[in-house]
Amino acid sequence: MASIASSERVKNIWKGGVSPMRVSYGKLMMWFFLLSDALTFSGLLITYGLLRYSKPAYQGAVDAFVPSQEYWPVPEKIFDAIPFFHGVHLPLVFVAFMTFVLILSSVTMVLAVEAGSRNDKKTVLKWMLWTIIGGLTFLSCQAWEWTHFINGSGKEGWGILLDNGALFTGANLHMNEYGPQLFADLFFFITGFHGTHVLSGVVINLIIFYQVAVGKMEKRGHYEMVEKVGLYWHFVDLVWVFVFTFYYLI
Amino acid sequence: MALDEQSTVAVKPVNKSKVWLLVKVAIILGVITVAEFIIAYTFPDTLRVLKISIFVGLTIVKAFYIVAEFMHLKYEVKALIWAIMLPMIFVVWLIIALINEGGAILQAVY
Repeated sequence: MASIASSERVKNIWKGGVSPMRVSYGKLMMWFFLLSDALTFSGLLITYGLLRYSKPAYQGAVDAFVPSQEYWPVPEKIFDAIPFFHGVHLPLVFVAFMTFVLILSSVTMVLAVEAGSRNDKKTVLKWMLWTIIGGLTFLSCQAWEWTHFINGSGKEGWGILLDNGALFTGANLHMNEYGPQLFADLFFFITGFHGTHVLSGVVINLIIFYQVAVGKMEKRGHYEMVEKVGLYWHFVDLVWVFVFTFYYLI
Repeated sequence: MALDEQSTVAVKPVNKSKVWLLVKVAIILGVITVAEFIIAYTFPDTLRVLKISIFVGLTIVKAFYIVAEFMHLKYEVKALIWAIMLPMIFVVWLIIALINEGGAILQAVY
């Protein structure tokens, strides 16, 4: 590259011959794709911020919280269950665990990228495999979380009494025991959209894992593809950090 | 098409300081998540605005570490950093603004 760039080109890097951003085409486009994807997620979070005000916030003491259609629920009172500990009140423990899993899988991904920059095929494979396992763990946790949310907590005094005398527990897109309907709808949309990203991230990681394993990157002479899927995977982690704060903590 | 090129790429030794930096960032992210969790448990309900501000602040710190170190954006050229960061700064501002006072829009409609 340096030998091609004449002195007049060095004066203006935007006139061609060099890449002004000093990244490859594919990596630059991945960045801009992630930017556009970030705008989509922001749209969902902005919608949440706006629609939250359709009902007043819960005013009473947090310990005495009982869901109602009239006010917005307290998230830590809704998401307080973990597998195998039915009926134990452990607010946000499971979500915090899921956050940890995703952060750890991000760390293993960045280690895979680091190994890729050293052309160390074996280490790339090791860390990518851990990343895939982390992603699958997260997805399983989310499947459990959704099942629990849909079926209901079965807590004393919770649920909606139907006209025929039956008690409705849980939530779907047109009924919600936890509070206003929009709360459940936004839960499904935001965590569902994020979960879809995790799923596609795992699939993409598997494809690249296979390509590394059969030696495609070695033939190419570089592991930039691992870097690109790494960017996508970190982005999925990044989005979860925001969802965790704005949906579960606030 | 360099298909018949032999795999002559040599494996370089591990860059220990780089790996240590990544582990350090991972520890920071973990500590912040634990701190958020503890704050959610123990903070008094009367200081709601302060609590939410702390959560948003810590989230932005976490986002900075993920984007700067894990996604390597800190080490890219300035043009790329700003191309990504400028739109994001405005959007994050919009999220925080609407979570803070989105109710005003609903009041204007009804």
